[in-house]
Amino acid sequence: MDLSLSPAQEAFRLRVRAWLKAHVPRREVGEPSREHGDPSRVRWLKDWQRTLYDGGYVAIGWPREFGGQGLGIMEQTIVNQELVAARAPQQIGAMGVLMVGPTLIQYGTDEQRARHLPRILSAEEIWCQGYSEPGAGSDLAALKTRAELVGDEFLVNGQKVWTSNAQIADWMFCLVRTDPTAPKHRGISYLLIDMQTPGISVRPLVQMTGDAGFNEVFFEDVRVPRRNLVGELNQGWQVANATLAHERNMLGSTTRTQEMFNGVLRLARTRQRCGRPASEDSLVRQKLAALQIRVEAMKYHSLRQLTDALRGRRPGIGASVNKLVSTELNHDIAALALEVMGDFGMLARTAGRVLDRGIWPYEFMFTLGLIIGGGTSQIQKNIISERGLGMPREAKGADQ
Amino acid sequence: MDFGLSPDQELLQRSAAEFLAAECPPALVREVATSEDGVPRALYGKMAALGWLGLIVPEKFGGAGLGMLDLALLCEPIGASVVPGPFFSSAVLATLALLHGGSAAQKTHWLPRLAAGDAFGALALLEESDWLAGAGVVARARQRGAGKSGTGKSSSGKSSTGKSSTEWTLSGTKLFVLDAHVADVLIAAFRTGGRGEDGVTLFLVPRDAPGVEVLPLPSVDVTRRLAEVRFTQVEVPAAAVLGAPGAGWRTLARVLDGAAVALAADSLGGAQRAFDMAVAYCGVRQQFGRTIGSFQAIKHMAAEMASEIEPARALLWYAGYAADALPRQAPRAASMAKACLGDVYSRVVNRAVQMHGGIGFTWEHDLHFWFKRAKWNELAYGDVAWHRERVAALSKY
Repeated sequence: MDLSLSPAQEAFRLRVRAWLKAHVPRREVGEPSREHGDPSRVRWLKDWQRTLYDGGYVAIGWPREFGGQGLGIMEQTIVNQELVAARAPQQIGAMGVLMVGPTLIQYGTDEQRARHLPRILSAEEIWCQGYSEPGAGSDLAALKTRAELVGDEFLVNGQKVWTSNAQIADWMFCLVRTDPTAPKHRGISYLLIDMQTPGISVRPLVQMTGDAGFNEVFFEDVRVPRRNLVGELNQGWQVANATLAHERNMLGSTTRTQEMFNGVLRLARTRQRCGRPASEDSLVRQKLAALQIRVEAMKYHSLRQLTDALRGRRPGIGASVNKLVSTELNHDIAALALEVMGDFGMLARTAGRVLDRGIWPYEFMFTLGLIIGGGTSQIQKNIISERGLGMPREAKGADQ
Repeated sequence: MDFGLSPDQELLQRSAAEFLAAECPPALVREVATSEDGVPRALYGKMAALGWLGLIVPEKFGGAGLGMLDLALLCEPIGASVVPGPFFSSAVLATLALLHGGSAAQKTHWLPRLAAGDAFGALALLEESDWLAGAGVVARARQRGAGKSGTGKSSSGKSSTGKSSTEWTLSGTKLFVLDAHVADVLIAAFRTGGRGEDGVTLFLVPRDAPGVEVLPLPSVDVTRRLAEVRFTQVEVPAAAVLGAPGAGWRTLARVLDGAAVALAADSLGGAQRAFDMAVAYCGVRQQFGRTIGSFQAIKHMAAEMASEIEPARALLWYAGYAADALPRQAPRAASMAKACLGDVYSRVVNRAVQMHGGIGFTWEHDLHFWFKRAKWNELAYGDVAWHRERVAALSKY
């Protein structure tokens, strides 16, 4: 067992760090979007990703032939860690880079790859994910948005919901029903849809945070060329799952969790509780330490999974618990921040005496959204118990 | 960067688990629970032959010369099988005390015996206050040697010729001494002067020394034997001092960090075993026409337990690794592991008992051995809150 990096990896880290120091734009820490679709903010974030791309730091794990550097998991981890440590702005093109890009690499046609991959990397085009529907959330396979193949085109009718970034996206990767007669998982296709296509309308949905962070998207007789199909017709579920199974680099996000914890610790040192620093209050210390222990457990848990991946081992049950544990941990960290702040914790960002630019009530709410999104904690527990522990699957409803 | 076990380490764990599955089944634990001294001698003979009792004893003293991570990896299957007897006392506590505080002569005398299983050791630290700190050591050791006033300050105990000649008289009562009743040597902490951590001295005391009285303190955890040990004017020679007089806490700090890691590892193994037993049971027990494992409430409990155990395992590995390779991080890492696993084992085994329903609550079913061991592990050598506060202090909150 050895936690140190090789000299080459250390050198790589230092190069990345130096590059970021020279290029990360100055900004406020953890600043929430004021208006999620604010064009100037979007422009700023696209420019940042472009800068990152020109520096060679976007999707470094992608094969060189598709615009990546062909670098390994360790280097990807290092870049993710350094991006968080440098408080770099978010990657507005993350959906493209993490989800649809790898899907096209694995399942796309040469034409699709050539058309889309470079623009995904440079953030010239922004993607949104058309998965959930009002009647298909946890039960995604129940989706109903219909794509009828008519000659060389699909005619798409239906509705998507919770579509982050739809209001600024250029393209959507969309799961549609192409065979309503087949069992539900087998009648789904994966389509690439140009958001400028006539018949598409986007309606923002406001989250409890006050931001219009996601949207409803309506499709009325939207024509999508057949060549925008990814994978085989009615094979969309498998295509989508392969992307979900694509290895997410956990270590980037445990660094973010550590940064959040550091923020709460800073708060505890500077805020007073009953007349003395909160960090001297034994109850606060207990809660901080309990969180710190969970944070570090997840950090080493990630390192263990990273090592398993480097050794070519199949992910075990450990991989299944990541989302469940991390999202709940992040929410608990934000909750402690509010406790430490007391009444100050409820001030809105516009209040004159707001602390930390109001990021903590925002994070407290936003992190609850992350517990629900991407597979709720309850679904994660089903997955862990069923796929991880081999316990019996849930009984289905009568019509399933 | 390689945060994984070596092939040797994986083999150690695998073979230990296989060995214990055969040699220390729950039936043995149950039998030994009511035996005279709670030591399965045949098992310990085999453990010694496997090198387990001297795992961290240097090779020149007859041990395997391995590290704290290896020891932790061995403690895990031991905890999984709730192995009774003085493994923790001898192979962890006493061995660490000798390694970190012993003179060459003391190491030469005791380490080979401990490693071979020819002698057992026990640590006598806590007193009535149950205060795991230097200030908790109140029992006095008074000097007897020529020309010494014998009170107040830490003393090197050296005579004018530079040779240590002070002899000591030990008086006081130690509580919660694990395995005192079978120990050949007690490693006992007495105050020779000073306050707090300063002025605590460790002594090697034969159990059969005149004035030493061992009174059993039966524990709810029947896999562990505790004792009250009364020292009434026990006379020991200068050579009985382990480390320098007054500097015993330096050694004890290392012992306590090692104890934390070892108990955390025992807890990890126990938690995993209790969890496995529960999941297995849920796969066979039927109610309402289906296995109870098909009910979502049960599935979710199992998922939550698994989600706690896996990250805890990684944290334990880190603590073991830090004990060997990151001395500045080791104390904090040890406390993180103990706080985490003390909590996890107790909660996991609580759920495991509930998943078994009524039979999980019986004496006849084995699970209560794990349930009680979990609680002892949680409370002993620093409970969850104690170690969390230590994490806070070491992190300089």
